[in-house]
Amino acid sequence: MAGVENYGDIHFDVLKEIGNIGAGNAITSLSKMLNKKVDMRVPKVSLVDFKFISDFIGGPENLIIGILIGLSGDVNGIMMFLVEKNSAHRLIDILFSSTSANENDDFSEMELSALQEVGNILSGSYLGSFATLINKSIIPSIPYLAIDMAQAILSVPAIEFGKVSDKVLLIESLFEAENKDVSGFFVLVPDPPSFQTILTSLGVMI
Amino acid sequence: MINNAIIVGMADLNVTKAPGILTTLGLGSCVGIAIYDPTTKIAGLAHIMLPDSTQIQNNSNIAKFADTAMVKLINDMVMLGAKKLNMKAKIAGGAQMFAFDSTNSSMRIGERNVEAVTRNLQMHKIPLIAKEVGENFGRTVELYADTGNFLIKTIGHGNRTI
Repeated sequence: MAGVENYGDIHFDVLKEIGNIGAGNAITSLSKMLNKKVDMRVPKVSLVDFKFISDFIGGPENLIIGILIGLSGDVNGIMMFLVEKNSAHRLIDILFSSTSANENDDFSEMELSALQEVGNILSGSYLGSFATLINKSIIPSIPYLAIDMAQAILSVPAIEFGKVSDKVLLIESLFEAENKDVSGFFVLVPDPPSFQTILTSLGVMI
Repeated sequence: MINNAIIVGMADLNVTKAPGILTTLGLGSCVGIAIYDPTTKIAGLAHIMLPDSTQIQNNSNIAKFADTAMVKLINDMVMLGAKKLNMKAKIAGGAQMFAFDSTNSSMRIGERNVEAVTRNLQMHKIPLIAKEVGENFGRTVELYADTGNFLIKTIGHGNRTI
């Protein structure tokens, strides 16, 4: 099996399509939830050095909210829904029809629980369409939430990947609500052996 | 952040002399190993991700593992003029960022990293004089080569020097 370090354009294109379909479905759910138009950028598939892992979300010390879902079954790995603090506050305001939150405020227990559930629902739509596409079973864990420095949060998938590789393959999809007040990322990090499962089930030779 | 600090990335290490400063940002389950020789004022900092290189097939990046990173860190400090007998260590990190079911050992990686670093320091006979490890939050650290002070910064859990 070729390591992820040796992947070519064809592999990246296929993985990008997974990001497209997965995030596309998740964003439809989000759009319904917020009753707002939500746009998605073309997903990026990148093989990054550990030291650059948090660059896409504002650098190592940027404060972010991460909702993590572990994947098991035919595909193992990690799915993450990442939002910056301001976006998370706006998301909650829209969901609760409130305007009380100041961007410097901490989150209440109920707000955290709501964010966790939003991450769960959105990741669920992402994973559902992904599993259908590759015709495999993917079993998501319960959602886990952390609010901290981006690099500390992303060290979790980095370490999983670090066991077999010196780089991490991220399938990353950025979304933005109509007036740009809510944005965030879906990041899918299958573990390296699962790439083979994904690519072969889509007819790509490795 | 301090402008003249040398940044040590994830799975990376570096050494410096006074008045140099070494920093590594956003340690999660990874561990920052700070080794210091007070007599020569030479400091070294490693940001390791995994406990043991012998358990892993792809182990070309030696700064990624507690065991191999420590050997290289000590050697690099000695090359700069430090004496192994004078070295003292401080460590930070090894958090569990998400509240996973803690019975699953692959999820307790932070704790295992701390254990491995502690064990390797004992093997090299370098005293571990202070630590700020575990819990569930990220840490940025700065190691000052003129004093050996190890500053730990967090979001929402205070800052302290050990």
